[in-house]
Formats: sequence, C-alpha cells, structure tokens
Amino acid sequence: MFGVVLIAFVLTRVIPSDPAAQWVGQRATSEQIEAASIELGLDKPLYVQLGKYLADLFKGDLGRSLRSHQPVSAELKAYLPATVELVLVSTIVAIFLGIPLGVVSAKRKDQLVDHVSRFFSVGAVSLPTFWVGMFLQLIFYRWLELLPLGDQLSMGIKLTCEIPHITGFLIFDSLITGDLVVFKDALAHIILPGITVALYPIGLVARMTRSALLEILDEDYIRAARSYGLPERMVLWSYAIKNSLGPTATVVTLSIGYTLVNTFLVEAIFSWPGIGSYISSAVISLDYPAIMGVTIFSACAYVVLNLIADVIIALDPRVRV
Amino acid sequence: MSGYFEVKNLKVDFKTFEGQKNVLDIDSLALDKGETFGIVGESGAGKTVLALTILLLLSAPPAVIRSGSINLDGENLLQKTEKEMQKIRGRNISMIFQDPMSTLNPVFTVGEQIIRVFKNNKRITRKDAQKEALRMIETVKLPDAANIMAKYPHELSGGQRQRIVIAIALSCGSEFLIADEPTRNLDVTIQAGILKLVAELQKELGVTVLFIANNLGLVSAICSRVAILHEGRIVETGKVKEVLKDPRHPYTLTLLNAIPRDKGEKVNLDNIVFKDSENANEKGCRYYYRCPEKKDLCRDTEPVCRLIAGTHTVACHMAFKGGEAGGKQHTEG
Amino acid sequence: MTKNLGLINSIKPRIKEIRLSLYLLGRNRLTRLSLVVVILLILIALVAPYIVPYPEHIETETNPEDKLLLPSGDYFFGTDELGRDVFSRVLYGTRISLQTALVAVGLALLIGIPLGAIAGATGGIVDEIIMRITDIFLSFPPLLLAIAIAAFLGPSLENAMLAIAVSWWPWYTRLIRGQAVSIRERQFVKAARAIGTPPMKIVFGHIVPNCIAPVIVQASMDIGGVILTIASLSFLGLGAQPPTPEWGLMVSTSRNYFLNAWWYSIFPGLAIFVTVLVFNLLGDGLREILDPKTRKI
Repeated sequence: MFGVVLIAFVLTRVIPSDPAAQWVGQRATSEQIEAASIELGLDKPLYVQLGKYLADLFKGDLGRSLRSHQPVSAELKAYLPATVELVLVSTIVAIFLGIPLGVVSAKRKDQLVDHVSRFFSVGAVSLPTFWVGMFLQLIFYRWLELLPLGDQLSMGIKLTCEIPHITGFLIFDSLITGDLVVFKDALAHIILPGITVALYPIGLVARMTRSALLEILDEDYIRAARSYGLPERMVLWSYAIKNSLGPTATVVTLSIGYTLVNTFLVEAIFSWPGIGSYISSAVISLDYPAIMGVTIFSACAYVVLNLIADVIIALDPRVRV
Repeated sequence: MSGYFEVKNLKVDFKTFEGQKNVLDIDSLALDKGETFGIVGESGAGKTVLALTILLLLSAPPAVIRSGSINLDGENLLQKTEKEMQKIRGRNISMIFQDPMSTLNPVFTVGEQIIRVFKNNKRITRKDAQKEALRMIETVKLPDAANIMAKYPHELSGGQRQRIVIAIALSCGSEFLIADEPTRNLDVTIQAGILKLVAELQKELGVTVLFIANNLGLVSAICSRVAILHEGRIVETGKVKEVLKDPRHPYTLTLLNAIPRDKGEKVNLDNIVFKDSENANEKGCRYYYRCPEKKDLCRDTEPVCRLIAGTHTVACHMAFKGGEAGGKQHTEG
Repeated sequence: MTKNLGLINSIKPRIKEIRLSLYLLGRNRLTRLSLVVVILLILIALVAPYIVPYPEHIETETNPEDKLLLPSGDYFFGTDELGRDVFSRVLYGTRISLQTALVAVGLALLIGIPLGAIAGATGGIVDEIIMRITDIFLSFPPLLLAIAIAAFLGPSLENAMLAIAVSWWPWYTRLIRGQAVSIRERQFVKAARAIGTPPMKIVFGHIVPNCIAPVIVQASMDIGGVILTIASLSFLGLGAQPPTPEWGLMVSTSRNYFLNAWWYSIFPGLAIFVTVLVFNLLGDGLREILDPKTRKI
C-alpha cells in the first residue's frame, strides 16, 4: 500500500510541470506563483513533501484540488456513490449472467451453445467500452427514442422533485423512500451505462467459470457423484459449482477492478456524475492531487477487494486446515 | 449360462490424433446373481474403462463405444438415454472408485455426501437420511460415526476414506456393485480389512460384485470366478481354482509369478517383460512381444477364447499344444 | 553415431508435439479463422499507405465541402467533419494500432524479462526487492496505472505506449521468474556456474533462452488487450493526438457528431472490436492448444 502511494507521488513530482502555476490560474504573476509554491510546500525538498503527504494521508487528507481548491477527499465523497452504484449494478449483473453462461458452456462443451457463448464472452471482453456506450445511445436514444442520453436523472425531475439522499445510491434511496417517480427515472438512466459497464465482466466471469468448471467436471468425484445416480442438476450446480468458488471469487474481484476503471470511460460518455467524470476533467486540467486521489483510492479499493477474495477462498475447507 | 449381467461383443475405442486405438474388446463376460467375479490385469489393461463403460460414464470424446451390448437383468444399458441411465446408476448399479481421495468431493463433509445419496435414491426425508447415513458408517466398521460425519475428506485417513467411499456406494442400495481396485492405495493390513469388509457385505446384502484388481492374490481371496484382462481382451477366464491351479496363458503366469507364495521364496522376475507402447502388435496376439513362447502364428493371427476344461477358457495358440505352454513353468516354480 | 541417435531421439517428441499442435489448430475452426484474419490485418497494416483510396486524407488534407457524407461508392465508410474519407483513415489505423501495440508489448518484455530472469536466477534479497516492486505495480487495478502514467507524462501516442509498457511489465516479470526459479536448479546451469561463467552470462545465455517461450506466447495473447488499452487512452485524450488516424481518437472526436453521423463512430469502433476480437480468439485458441491441461484430444 505504501508502495502505491510512493509510485503515485513520485509520478506527480518528476513530471516537468508547475502545480503552483495551476493553483493560481493562468494569468498569474511570477510573485503569485512563488507565493503559491510556498503555500503548497513545493519549495521544500522532495522527501519533506512526501512525509507531509503521507502524514496527511493518514488523517484521510488527500490534499486540495488545483482547480476548485476544495479538499480532494470531500470531492471524492460527493462523486463516489454514483460510481459505486454503477459498479455494483454491473457486477451483480455479471455474476448472475456470467456464471450461468460459463456453466452452460462447460456443460455443453464443443456444442453449439458453447461456441455461441464463447464467442459472446470473448466478444464482450474485446469490445471498446466507450464505443459500446455511444452505440447504445445511438440506438436507444436517437433511433428508438426509448431511453435517456445520459446523466443520473432527467433535468425536469432534478428541478421539480426532491431527491432523497440517505445512502447516496439513488436507485436504492428512491426505492426505500417510495419515491416512484424518481426511482423510475433513475432506473431508466442506469440501464444503458449499466449494460455497457457489465459487458466486460460478464465475458470475463463466463470465460473463467467455463475453464474452471471444465477442469472440475473431469474430476473423479464428479464421475463418482454421477455413478451414485445423483441428478445432473445437483452434480453441476452444487457439487461442481462449490468447488469452483475459489477461481470464481478471484475473477469476480479482478473484474470489479476492471469495471471500476471501465466506469471512468463510460461515465465520460453518459455524463454520469461519478469519480470517472471527476478524473476525466482532472486529466484534462492536469489537476494532480485529484488524479492522485482517485488513483490511490482505486488502488485501495482494489487491495481491499483482493483481501475479500482471499477470505472467500479461505472458506474452502481444503485451505482451512 | 444366461447371466444376470452380461457383456457381449463390446468394443471401445479411444480417438487420438494419430487415429483410433482399440482399448476394450470383450467377446463375452457373464456374471450370475450374487456372485463375486474378479477382473485382473495390469494398469492400462482397460479395467477402469470397462467399469466406466458399464455405467456409461466414459468421457466421450475421446472414448467411442463401437459396438456390443451390456445387459443387466435383460435390459441393454447401451441403448438407454442419459436420463434413463441416471436412474439406473445408483439404483441398479453403483461403483466403488479406486482413489478415495479424488472420489470424495473435497468441499462437502462426508456425512453430507452420504446423506445426499440416501435422500436421492430412497426418497426419504433429510432426518431419516441422516439416521441411515449414521448406520451405514457403522456398517463399514468405522467407529465414532457421528464425529466422522462432520469431517471433510482430507481430515480422514486413507483407510477411513476408502470405507466412506464404500459406504456411499452401498448407500445407493443397488444389487450390482462394481469395485474398482478398492484397495489400490492402501497398505497391506488395511487392504486385508477392506477385502474382508467387501466379502462380508457381499454375503450380508447378497449383492453381485464385479471386483477389479491388479493382483491375482486379492481376487483369489474373495472371488468365485475370475477373468484375466490384457490390453482390453479377456485372455483367460474360469473358476478361481481352475485358473490358479492350471494357468494356461503366459500372461496369467507372469501375474502369478509376481506374487511371492512360499515363505523365503524369491519372486522370479526374469520372465516379466514390461509393456512397450511403441511395439504394440495390432494384428495378432497382443501379448506377442512380451511372450516367451511366441511363434510366427501368434504374430499374424489373433487367438480366440477356447474352452479347456470345465468353465476354463483361454485365448492362446500355445495353450493346447499339450498344455505345456503355461503349466510347465508354473509347476517348476 | 550414438550422438546422432541421441539428437534424433530428443527431437522426436518435439516433432510429435508440433504435429499435435497443428492437428488441434486444424480442428478448431474458430481459431483457424481468427488466424487468417490476423494475418490479413497484418498485411493490411503493411500495405495500408499504398492501397487506401485517399492517402492524402490520412493526416492533414481537408475538404470541407464533402464533410459528414453518408457512406457511398466514393466514400465506403462516409466522411468525417473535415471531409476526410473514413475508410482510408480506418484502414490506415490498422497500421498504427498494430505498430503501437507491438512496441508497447516489446517494451514491457524488455523491462520484464531481464528483471524476472535476474530475480529468479539470483534469489535472495535481489529477488525479494524486485518481486516487492512487482507486487506494488500489480496492486493497481489494470488500466488505471496506465491512465495515471499517461496523464502525468502528457498526452501523446509515444507516452501512451510507454505508460502501457510501464504498467504491463510486472506480469511478464512474474511469469518469467517462476520459470527461472525452476531452471536455476537444473544441471546445465549448475555446470555453467561450476566452470566459472559470469552470473550475467548465465542469466542471459542459459536461463533466459530456456524460459522465454511461455512469455512470448503470453505476450502475443496480450496484443488484443493492449490494442484496446491504447484505444481507450486515446479516447480519453491521453494517447494519439489529431490528426493521427488512431481508432480510439476517431471515436473520441466523433462524439460530437455521432448522433447525426453514425458512420463516423461506428466504423472505427468496429475496427477496434474486430481486431481485438480476432487477437483474443487466437490467443484463447492458442492457450487451449498449448496448455497441456486443456489439450484434450
């Protein structure tokens, strides 16, 4: 974890650019830049800067954005729920579509179903996410006029309705407060970005489930289970699936990592107000603290996810001993 | 004899990229109800393939069943659909697999695995199944059944595991049991225990057992009749006494000579020639390259099974030339 | 005589191996098809500058009077906002994508192989340090590190390649280290050490050549993913800059027009999809053929 911060920090500091100039804006005098430089502690040696950054980090302080002068952590907090909502929805979709797809594919290996599903899953991981997003917009917004173009809610609803705010997840909040108008609108808005983001993990999960299951289905205990006359349903969905839990958990974690970053691209297209949009604009204006904040946050999330996967794998009785 | 269980003219091939290779070619094999029949052969002879073919559990590809019939109680198993077969498995035939470690599902407790089999094959409630499972574990002579039920396979010893595998196979309640080298990975004392157990259970429950082994000694202990399998073919068959007393096929002899019989006697290793997959004789006798008695005839013509005496049949050209081909060496040794 | 025999015997299983691989390749129709398309794409990339109908449209020339035209006999894929032929640009983009992907993977290999080999061959503290660094890199979500590095380096195609290489090498390091560790204990390495061969020569003369095969296979499978990553970076404005006809960049610029000019964004995107797809299919097929676990006859 320390290494992650270190790399991110070194990256920002070796780059030949002047954060101080960014801080004060374009038409600043050299004295102003000088003053900003001192204010940001840029005049101190590098290791002092690093020490200060780390100390702040421990307090949950990611520094201030060069554009808005607001604390990065506060801005992240504001943008985060929308992204988490999107990641969550697409991961759930990926699990409930990807795993069965992989299972069916493994079960009917080398049959038509398998070929179709393999083609689909390889296709899903080969699609440029951003392009799919635009493609879907073209079809469902422009041609079929069924679904909205982007954002989390329609303009009209944003202005006229009171937006519930409890967990920060719009769909969830509107549902528990019983606000059906907002809920319906939010649902319509999440469909397209949701599908777009979900495609990649569906493909990934399906592929991994298939290859893990193929190995397991060849095991003696599967053959034995069949020889005892156990129904195929039980052999496949209980005996085999439970054994493939480890690899599946790993791949779901990995796919959440991918999804998180893919969301950045998709959010840009659907103007989804999440950290993806945040980092996109930060990239354009070279807002280093913001980029670093997002990077460090994502890496942390990824490390936590990997830990969770390890815990799930440790549930396997073979490992437990 | 029209048997309870009958295999006729069975041919099984494995498809590889170098072409089809025949792995099983059995003209006839019949079992009477209630008997224990032994199948003996070295590894690679096709014993397990035979067992899996009976259950229709061979993975295809690469396996292809080319022809033949397998009758159980007058019904041809090879004509069953997968669905019908699923009902026959467990209910009519079940199998004890050879490697207990890989046969037990590693992520379920052994109790759970037995209970599921009971529930499925007897259509009883979970509670009843639990009781039955406890009784079954006691039946296979494992102490402290309740404790064992809650354990995962890797927490048990090899002998315990093998008993569990037998318990599960018995839990199906079928009348025909295939035991595929159930003592293969166990040391000698435990081996004897398992053998005794199988023999006792067979008598108690009156099931028919097809006992597969790589060792004539094991078979002679519990079987009434035996068939010697070599390269997918039955080369000699008969009552255990007939075969042991008067082995006619040179391969049977090798198998017999590999067992130390008398105290202090050294095993004669001279006649044991190892299998060489490069030099397989496809046209004539499969044993040609390893046979000490080979003649030109053996290279080109495949010997067929012929009756020698009683129920004793042998597939060897040399077995009839005065009976000396086999018997001589054996009596000397 | 005996020496020759030994040689023949050592080659024999290899020949069988190759024959088996070819046989499996021939049997898998999807893999075969993707191989053909990949070869076709490489050919297109090689000859693109000579076969495109409007070579002058690739970079700078504009003809505003022909802007945003529907696909027609003159312009197969229509024209963009500057009146340039989309077909020519997409075709030329093949060259750019394949080139950058190759360079990026090559760079990653150049970093990854020596580090992995040294780590695996020397062991001890060196191994520990190198692998810790690798772990740090691997603890970033994929693509994120590339985005961050590209953002910091400043947007250009070269920097995007560099960013991908920097975020990609740890995979190869890890792979080759595992191989090297097992080879280190082999007789010929010990023999080389015994006769006093310098350590660097052992690493690059004996260890690397013997564990490079799986890494090369892995790298060729990664090409698809790298192409996709480059396109993504370009789409974010972190890769190729206008007027380069890079697919991701083309999709990105088309964003302002695509609701009315679908062809402008569809075709470059389709090109990315097809290219990545065939590379992935080929990689998948190769993995299945070469992996002893899955190579069922």
